[in-house]
Amino acid sequence: MSLPDQTIEKPAAERRLTIAKAMSEALAQEMERDPSVLVMGEDIGKMGGVFGTTTGLFETFGEDRVRDTPISETAFIGAAVGMAASGLRPVVELMFVDFFGVCMDAIYNLAAKQSYFSGGKVSCPMVLMTSVGGGYGDAGQHSQCLYATFGHLPGMKVVIPSNAHDAKGLMLSAIRDDNPVIFMFHKALQGMGWLGTVAGSINHTPESEYCVPIGKASVVREGSDITIVGLGATVHQALAAAGRLDEAGISAEVVDLRTIAPLDRESILASVTKTGRLLVVDDDYLSFGIGAEIIATICETLPGPLKCPPQRIAHPDIPIPFTPVMEHFLLPDAGKIESRVIAMMGEQK
Amino acid sequence: MSSNHSKRLWMYAQMVKSRHFEDMIKPAYFEGKTPVFNMAKGPLPGEMHLSDGQEPCAVGICAHLRPDDVVTATHRPHHIAIAKGVDLNAMAAEIFGKKDGLAGGRGGHMHLFDPAVNFSCSGIIAQGMGPAVGAAMAARMRGSDAVAVAFLGEGAANQGAFHESLNLASVWKAPVVFVIEDNSYGISVPKSACTAVASNADRAAGYAMPGHHVGGNDPDAIYEAAGIAIERARSGSGPSLIEIETSRLEGHFMGDPEGYRPKDEVRRLKEIDPIPAYRTRLLEAGFEESELDRAESEARGLVDQAFSFARSNDYPEPKEAFDHVFA
Repeated sequence: MSLPDQTIEKPAAERRLTIAKAMSEALAQEMERDPSVLVMGEDIGKMGGVFGTTTGLFETFGEDRVRDTPISETAFIGAAVGMAASGLRPVVELMFVDFFGVCMDAIYNLAAKQSYFSGGKVSCPMVLMTSVGGGYGDAGQHSQCLYATFGHLPGMKVVIPSNAHDAKGLMLSAIRDDNPVIFMFHKALQGMGWLGTVAGSINHTPESEYCVPIGKASVVREGSDITIVGLGATVHQALAAAGRLDEAGISAEVVDLRTIAPLDRESILASVTKTGRLLVVDDDYLSFGIGAEIIATICETLPGPLKCPPQRIAHPDIPIPFTPVMEHFLLPDAGKIESRVIAMMGEQK
Repeated sequence: MSSNHSKRLWMYAQMVKSRHFEDMIKPAYFEGKTPVFNMAKGPLPGEMHLSDGQEPCAVGICAHLRPDDVVTATHRPHHIAIAKGVDLNAMAAEIFGKKDGLAGGRGGHMHLFDPAVNFSCSGIIAQGMGPAVGAAMAARMRGSDAVAVAFLGEGAANQGAFHESLNLASVWKAPVVFVIEDNSYGISVPKSACTAVASNADRAAGYAMPGHHVGGNDPDAIYEAAGIAIERARSGSGPSLIEIETSRLEGHFMGDPEGYRPKDEVRRLKEIDPIPAYRTRLLEAGFEESELDRAESEARGLVDQAFSFARSNDYPEPKEAFDHVFA
C-alpha cells in the first residue's frame, strides 16, 4: 500500500523503512547536524528504546547525548523543560502515554506554558516521544491513545505519523520546532514484528533530510462520495475499507490527520466540501474526542448542507479490557468502517 | 524471632507453587506467538512479567499477613498474589482472559484484584504506594490492627510517589510496610546507573522510619526482618522500609532479548536459585524429604488444576466489556 504525498518526489529506488527505523534515523541525522540535540528517557540507551525509536544512537553519540534516566518522569521531563529553556533541544521518550499522569504538571503547566508566561521570551523546544494504542492484549494501563487529552491542552503541538516517511519528516520538524511537540507513535505501526506490523506503515523513506510540516493533513486516497478521516492506525483501516468500498461502487476519500494540534481544519473542510459526507475513525475514547472536534468544525464552517449526518467510530467510553474477545470487539477496524459507510450512503438527507 | 517449622514449610510450598505457576505460563505464553514472535497472539496476549527468582520476597513478607491485611503489588505480581492467597483458579483464568477470571478478563496479568484477600496490583511504577498508606490509615480508623504492605521494585524508589508516600506514612504513623524487591534492573537500566544511593534502606532515615536491608534472597532472613516491621506497624508504632536483594531469572518481559545483561549473569543466578537452596537448608535443619516432596506435589497439583480450569473456562461475552465501568 503506497501513501502518495506531495512532499516527496517519485523515488528513484524504493527505500522502505519501519516507523521505528525512520524515527531513529531522523534522530541520528539531527544529532549529527545540531550539537544541541540530545535524547533521554527510560531504556533508550543500550536497549535502543523498547519500541526501537533510538536504535544505534547510544553507540554513535555516547552516554552524554543518549541518556538513560531513572524511572522519575516528573524529574526528567521537568529537567527537559529546563534544558530547553537553556538552549538545548532535548528529545525525551516516555514509553507509554498511559504513564503521563505521574508527570502531567511538567507537561501541561511547565512545558506548554513556558512561552506564554514568559511573554514569548523563553521557548521550550523539546520533543516528547511516546507510544499509543492497543490491540495486543496489554489492558487499560498500557493501551490508551489519549489523543484528545493532549490535543485539548494549549501551548504544545501533537503529531502522530501513520507511516515511516511521515515519521521521519515529522520528527525533523518536531526537533526544529521551537515549541514542545508530543510525538505519538502507534505501537501497531511501529514495525516491531513482536507487536504485529501493518504493512502500509512501512513505505519509501528518503535518506536525505526532509521535513513534513506540522499542522498539515494529507489526502492519502482521493474519492468523491465520502470523506473518511483517520489518524495513526485508523488511516490503514480506512484505506483497507476504502479499497473494499470501491468494489461496491463507493468512492471514499481518506484523510490522514498527521497532526492533532494544530488541527488542519482547512484540508478536512476542503475534502468534505467535495464529498458531502464525513466519517471520523478514532481509536481514542469516543466522548469529547477528535471525532467531536472535527464534526463540530464541519458543522460550524461547511457552507452548504451535508448529504447525511456526520458519523464517528471510536473506542467507547470504557477502559480498555485485557481479554482479546472484548478488546477487538471494541476497537475500530476496516469491517466496521465499511459497514458504517454503506449505511451512511443509504441515508437520504 | 525465628521462623517455625510450619511457617517454613508454608514458605517453601508457596515458592514452589509460584515457580510452577510461572513454569506453566512459559510454554502457554509462546503458544501461537512463534515462529515470528508476536505479542498479540496466543492464549496469553500482551506483556508478561515473570517473577521467578523473586519468590522469597513474597513468602517472607506474606507469612506474617492475614487475609484482612492489605497488599498492593507491582506489574510483576504473581509470586506476591500467590503468597497472599489470591484464588489460584480465578487468577489463572484472568491471565487467560476468561469469564471466571478475577475481573472476568478485563484486567489481565498486570491488574489482578482479589478483594477476598485484599490484594491488588498496578502496571504503573510506584503507584501502589499511596493506596497502601490509605488502606493502612483506613484500618487504623476502623479500630483494626490490620496492616498494609506495598511491594515495589528498586526502580520505583526513584519515583515521586515513593518519597511522598514514605513521608506521608511517617507523618501519619500509618501501619504500613514498604517492601523493595531489588532485582538490580529497572527494565534494562542497572540500579547503579539510576539510583543515587547504594542501598535504598538508607533512604528510610530521611523519613524517620527504620530501614532494613536483607541480602542473600533468603526467605528466613526476609521473614525475620518482616516480622519486626509488621509488628511495629500492627502495634501502632508506624511504618518501615524493607529492601530485599533478590534476582530476576528472566528478562523484564517474556521475549526480552536482555542485551543489557552480562551473558553469564543468569547462569550464575540460577546456580544460587533460592528454591533448591531453601530445600537443602530445610533438609539440613531436619525436615523430612517426604514432607517436602508432599508439599511440592500438593502445590504443583493446585497450579495444574488452576491451569486446567483456566483453559477450559469460556471466554466472556464481548459485550460484557461495558459492565462495571461505573460502580
